[in-house]
Amino acid sequence: MEEKIITLENVVKRFPVGDGEFTALKDINLEFERGEFAGLVGPSGSGKTTLLNIIGSLDSPTEGHASVLGKNIAELSHKQSAMLRNMHIGFIFQVYNLLPVYTVFENIEFALILQNIPATERKKAVMESLEWVGLADMAQKKPDKLSGGEGQRVAIARAMVKKPEILLADEPTANLDAENAHIILQTMKDLNRELNTTFLFSTHDEKVMGYLDRIIHLRDGYIEKDEIIQHKTQKS
Amino acid sequence: MKLAFQLAYRNLMGAGLRTWLNASVLTFTFLMIIFFNGLMDGWNEQAKRDTTEWEYGFGHLTNAKFDPFDPFTLKDGNGVLQSKQHTELTPVLLQQASIYPQGRLFPVIMKGIDVDQKTLTLPTEKLKASNAEFPIMIGAQMAESSKLKTGDEILIRWRDSHGTFDAASATIVHVFKTNVPTVDRGQIWIPIKKMWEITGLENHATYYIASEKYVNTKAQGWIYENQDELLSTITELIETKKVGSSIMYILLLIIALLAIFDTQVLSVFRRQKEIGTYIALGMTRLQVVTLFTVEGSMYSLFAMVLGSIIGIPLMWYLAETGIAYPLDATQDIGIAISDRIFPVFGLQLIFGTIALIIISATIVSFLPARRIAKLNPVDALKGKMQ
Repeated sequence: MEEKIITLENVVKRFPVGDGEFTALKDINLEFERGEFAGLVGPSGSGKTTLLNIIGSLDSPTEGHASVLGKNIAELSHKQSAMLRNMHIGFIFQVYNLLPVYTVFENIEFALILQNIPATERKKAVMESLEWVGLADMAQKKPDKLSGGEGQRVAIARAMVKKPEILLADEPTANLDAENAHIILQTMKDLNRELNTTFLFSTHDEKVMGYLDRIIHLRDGYIEKDEIIQHKTQKS
Repeated sequence: MKLAFQLAYRNLMGAGLRTWLNASVLTFTFLMIIFFNGLMDGWNEQAKRDTTEWEYGFGHLTNAKFDPFDPFTLKDGNGVLQSKQHTELTPVLLQQASIYPQGRLFPVIMKGIDVDQKTLTLPTEKLKASNAEFPIMIGAQMAESSKLKTGDEILIRWRDSHGTFDAASATIVHVFKTNVPTVDRGQIWIPIKKMWEITGLENHATYYIASEKYVNTKAQGWIYENQDELLSTITELIETKKVGSSIMYILLLIIALLAIFDTQVLSVFRRQKEIGTYIALGMTRLQVVTLFTVEGSMYSLFAMVLGSIIGIPLMWYLAETGIAYPLDATQDIGIAISDRIFPVFGLQLIFGTIALIIISATIVSFLPARRIAKLNPVDALKGKMQ
């Protein structure tokens, strides 16, 4: 794990609030290597999601330099950042964000349609990803028929089906019970090992922290601590 | 674009009832526009055909002193045409007269026509075949309003060429039925030779009706109008009526488009997280704008499909059987109208309406979708768009 695929140098992010400004990120310096299983940990408002959004090219830093897969986020056009997300980055959201009118199969297929992958290959890849998350028999269900855990597993399948180099998960277990959270995390850990995808979480969930190889503690927009975890109690 | 259609189709199908309600309103509008325009076009064609057959023939060569809109020109607006083409022209002489059915004064225009003419459908052979001393024929509407019928004797009074009043008893030898009110209401038809005899206007005509073989040559004191020029009045009149009736379906179209606009505004507002998800998954903002625009315009495509399923058999049936117009309604229109109108649904009308609906639905869908282009995806994912 030596290839640096995410580099953040002196990243500052400010948001306008009323007549003034709120600084969400203050002088962030971080690097992530391919295949890392890392988490941004901190209380609400500490800047976790903002940092994920910048790495995911949904937002750009106010100051500093953010480079993802060699691309300077601040210099990307809308089209280029869309292409970066489309081809290289997967997202998992706290509330799953599944498209409500699509079936499970169609939700996962969507990511591949955007990549213009032929229908036969799409079908094969979707079924494969459903098997990863253990939901092969739910392909034709609509999201409103799924439990919370199943919905998040579909979201993981949707994010992973295109085999992204980076997967960004924003509080992926916040709405799940302990059992489902462990299933989800174990699934992601397995995928991390199998596909060497870089996983980056934002969380304040203790359950997640037990799975992480690296924990970056954020507080009020600063990096409070960046620790590498030597797993003694790795779950399997 | 293919992607937008593919996704828009899925989204609309997934939206269920909302999609079909919008599509139904648009279908109704689509069918109403085609129906009313088809009815007008059918009426236009029928009116032109009937007026050509009963009144205009292939053109009119009219005395320059005669103005059809000025009754004072009736007396002197006639003359004798010096032409070698008389065989291709049917003379008609007009004079004012009065009739007295059941003792009531009834002003009429007395029209003398060559009883041997073959250009018009007007049944002049009935005048020719009659043995009456002074045969006249009238239209059904004239008969109705004057309470006259075939075989009745009436007193006619007119002025001769010297301005002297003269009168005679005439026999109604035939009552003809026509859709063309301008050869019927307030008119009596007599043989032109009788007309010449009683008025002293030997060989005079107010206008001549041209046959198909007639070739116009300039004649001093006479003005020639071909069939198209004569029919332009009817076309203009029906176009005016079209504009009047179009207000109704423009209102319908506005209601349908408002429904789409409203749906699209709500969609952009309510589906913020979905929009954010599309962008997070790798769609460009332009692709999302296109998706929402195509979704809106696809209502019009659904309306075309629904409209075809309902409209093709319905309009085929109407075009075959026609639509009955009550006689009372047809009498007051002023131009030729049959008691049964056969709508004409031309390709220009159908494709023009399709284009109108698709373009207008696309525009009203694009207007709210434009906001997506300015959208911050992070705000959209949080559902914070204002």
